[in-house]
Amino acid sequence: MSKSLANALIALGDDHLILGHRLSEWCGHAPMLEEDLSMPNMALDLLGQARNLYTYAGELEGEGRTEDDLAYLRKDREYKNLLLVERPNGDFAHTMLRQLYFAAFMQPYWQAAMQSKDATIAGFAAKAVKEIAYHIRHAGEWVVRLGDGTEESARRMKHAVDALHIYTDELFTVTDDMAICIERGLLPDPQAMRAEWQNTIAQIFDEALLTVPEVAFPQEGGRDGRHTEDFGHLLSELQYMQRAYPDMAW
Amino acid sequence: MSTQHMPLWEVFIRPRNGLHHKHVGSIHAPDDEMALQAARDVYTRREEGNSIWVVRSNDIVASDPDKAAENFDPAGEKVYRHPSFYDIPDEVGHM
Repeated sequence: MSKSLANALIALGDDHLILGHRLSEWCGHAPMLEEDLSMPNMALDLLGQARNLYTYAGELEGEGRTEDDLAYLRKDREYKNLLLVERPNGDFAHTMLRQLYFAAFMQPYWQAAMQSKDATIAGFAAKAVKEIAYHIRHAGEWVVRLGDGTEESARRMKHAVDALHIYTDELFTVTDDMAICIERGLLPDPQAMRAEWQNTIAQIFDEALLTVPEVAFPQEGGRDGRHTEDFGHLLSELQYMQRAYPDMAW
Repeated sequence: MSTQHMPLWEVFIRPRNGLHHKHVGSIHAPDDEMALQAARDVYTRREEGNSIWVVRSNDIVASDPDKAAENFDPAGEKVYRHPSFYDIPDEVGHM
C-alpha cells in the first residue's frame, strides 16, 4: 500500500520537478524583466511542491531514498512525469500554454486533495492551491492576450496549441498505483478533473480566439517512463552537478 | 519591446495594514490586470506587502522641477507649522 502511494507521489513529484526545471531555463532569457522574475517564481513554487512530494514518498518507501536521490540520481526511464511538462520551452507562447494546461489540471486536483485521508497530502494540497491559483491566472491571462493580440502573437499562440494539445490527454491517466490510492481516498482521481479542465480551457480559448483542436492521436508514455528525446537532454543538465560531484552538498 | 503595447506603470505597495501605500518602482505591462501581476512578481517576492496599487505613469501629473523654488522654498520659513511647540502626553504613544 505505502509503496503504491510512494510511486504515485513520485510521478506527481516528477511533473513538478520537470516543469519547474523547464521554467527555470527561462531565467535570464525571458522576453522582459517582469517575466524573468515571474517564471522562476512559478518554478520555485513547483520545486517546493516536488520537494514535499519526494521527501514524503521516500519516507513511505522506507528504503532511505531522500528528495535528492529521487530528483538527481534516477535514470530517464525511472521518471514518470507527463510528456507535456518535459516539452521544450519553445517561444513564450509555448511556455505559457504548457503552464496553463498543467495548472488547469492541478488546480482542481489540489483542491480535491485537500480532502485526502492522508493528513500530510492534505497539508501539501492546502499550500499548493494558493500557488497554483496564481499560475493559472498568470498563464491564462497571457494566453488570452497573445491569442487575441497582434497578428504575430496570434500565429505563435495557434502554433503552440497545435504543438502541445496532443499531450494533454495524458493528464488524466490513472496508473495502477494511483488506482489503489484513489480507492482508499488518499489521492484524487485524475479522471474526475477532466470536465473542469475542459471547461477552463474552453473559456480561456474562447476569450483568446483559439479553437480547441480535435486530437486524433493523443501522445502518452511519460507515466510509464517512456519519454521524448528532449527529456535526455533535460536530465543531463538537471543532474549534471550530482553526476559530476557525487554526494556534493551546500 | 514597444511602449505602445507595453506602457510603463508605477507601483505602490502597502507594507502592512494601517500604513500607506508607498512608491516602490515601475514595471512594463500591457494592461491593468497584467500590471498588477507583474508588480506582484517583481515587488512582493520577500513579503514586502499585502496590497498593491498600479497606475499608468502617463496618468501621473508631476510638478515641474524648474518651479521647485517657487513651489517649496516659501514653506521653509514657516517653522510654526511644525507641531513641535507643545508637549504630547506620554499616554498618547506614537503618533
